[in-house]
Amino acid sequence: MRIPTCQTMILALSKDTIKVTQEQDVVFLKNRVKEVAVKIKMGLVNQTRLLTAASELVRNMMRYGGGGSCLIEVVSSGRSNGVRLTFTDKGQGIPDIEAAMRDGFSTGKSLGLGLPGTKRLVNEFSIKSKVGEGTTVTIVKWANG
Amino acid sequence: MLQKKKKNILELWMKNQLADEGLREDLISNDDLRAQSEELIDSLVTNLSSGNFTDLNSDEWSPVIEILGGIAITRARQGFSPRETGAFVFSLKEALLETLQKEIGDDTKALFTESMKINRLMDNLSVITFETFIKGREEVILRQTDEIAEISTPVIRVWDGILALPIIGTLDSARTQVVMESLLQEIVDTGSSIAILDISGVPAVDSLVAQHLIKTVSATRLMGAECIISGIRPEIAQTVVHLGIDLSNIVTKSTLASALQHAFKVMRLEVKKITPRTN
Ligand SMILES: Nc1ncnc2c1ncn2[C@@H]1O[C@H](COP(=O)(O)OP(=O)(O)OP(=O)(O)O)[C@@H](O)[C@H]1O
Ligand SMILES: [Mg+2]
Repeated sequence: MRIPTCQTMILALSKDTIKVTQEQDVVFLKNRVKEVAVKIKMGLVNQTRLLTAASELVRNMMRYGGGGSCLIEVVSSGRSNGVRLTFTDKGQGIPDIEAAMRDGFSTGKSLGLGLPGTKRLVNEFSIKSKVGEGTTVTIVKWANG
Repeated sequence: MLQKKKKNILELWMKNQLADEGLREDLISNDDLRAQSEELIDSLVTNLSSGNFTDLNSDEWSPVIEILGGIAITRARQGFSPRETGAFVFSLKEALLETLQKEIGDDTKALFTESMKINRLMDNLSVITFETFIKGREEVILRQTDEIAEISTPVIRVWDGILALPIIGTLDSARTQVVMESLLQEIVDTGSSIAILDISGVPAVDSLVAQHLIKTVSATRLMGAECIISGIRPEIAQTVVHLGIDLSNIVTKSTLASALQHAFKVMRLEVKKITPRTN
């Protein structure tokens, strides 16, 4: 018999959901993310990475998802603390996730770096999307990761 | 019954308000306060005698609500605190209840019934006051947001032929447009050949901000000038690399000082320390 290990278990210590429907909410969300990062003593470089990732995802959510919401959580796994952000929208969805994750792919005549760039900036990245139903992107950035 | 006591209620209420330590004589004069109070009591008492205590949505209450709303909005704009605004309505409630007690006297049952009516009514009015007060504050905030956004980014002539443009805060599309326009205009007006965009005050450079920067640089080049980006902090540099943004075609410097030095070199200028001549 094998004893299940809880090595990878992530615990949520605090939760906060912020609705994002207009430009002012974007600024508010970024400030909240920053506050939480500072609270768990995340280093400056990681803070900037997390903030930039959040900025990319919230912009996608506004532009392609027609707005949505972001769940901000302080998570803990073993000895390290981190911030988990879950962006959810009920927009058009992404038909080909693999393509969307490619550097330079954009349906909006942009740089097409938002999703692949975000993935490089954070420790954990997952994306789920269904055409016509919406998109959910979850990222985790550890305080010293 | 309260109709006849209107004068009394007003006096009592004024006394309550003036006795309150939260009285803001700096924000509103006693005469104005009295005028506001009188106007409100007038319309309130008229309604009280009509007997409709419960349905505040009905037409006859709308003048009262309008007056109260007007007062709440003005107070929000004038910078009254919620407590001070609340005190205005609560002290009226006290004055009304006090008058009621004097009038009804020993008939406890009647006093209780009437008091409950007044209580419920005044509570409803308080809620309306607060809702309007908060709406007023939100308007103030929105106006300030617009004002902050409107503060255009200044273009500074740091040297003959060299312009500097410090950018502070987030660079969104609307702001980039303003920055770009004023920069290009200034290049034409001054005949400058070098522009320095300093981004020390930009909290994060994501792909959109980067795109805006690249656009501004290209536009400057089209005008025949060179554009340098300075103030790139180490954490920003790392993030930009991870995002995969290519800034290699742009001259970037870590500080405004080094950008200025670069500009001097391009313009074949030299800054020298004067060595005092020993005679
Ligand atoms: N929330 C979303 N809903 C629907 N489609 C999305 C969403 N997020 C991204 N996409 C799609 O994935 C593509 C790639 O997104 P990505 O953020 O990588 O690039 P971009 O937004 O087009 O450009 P950039 O972020 O560099 O300005 C988008 O062009 C869009 O078609
Ligand atoms: Mg994007």
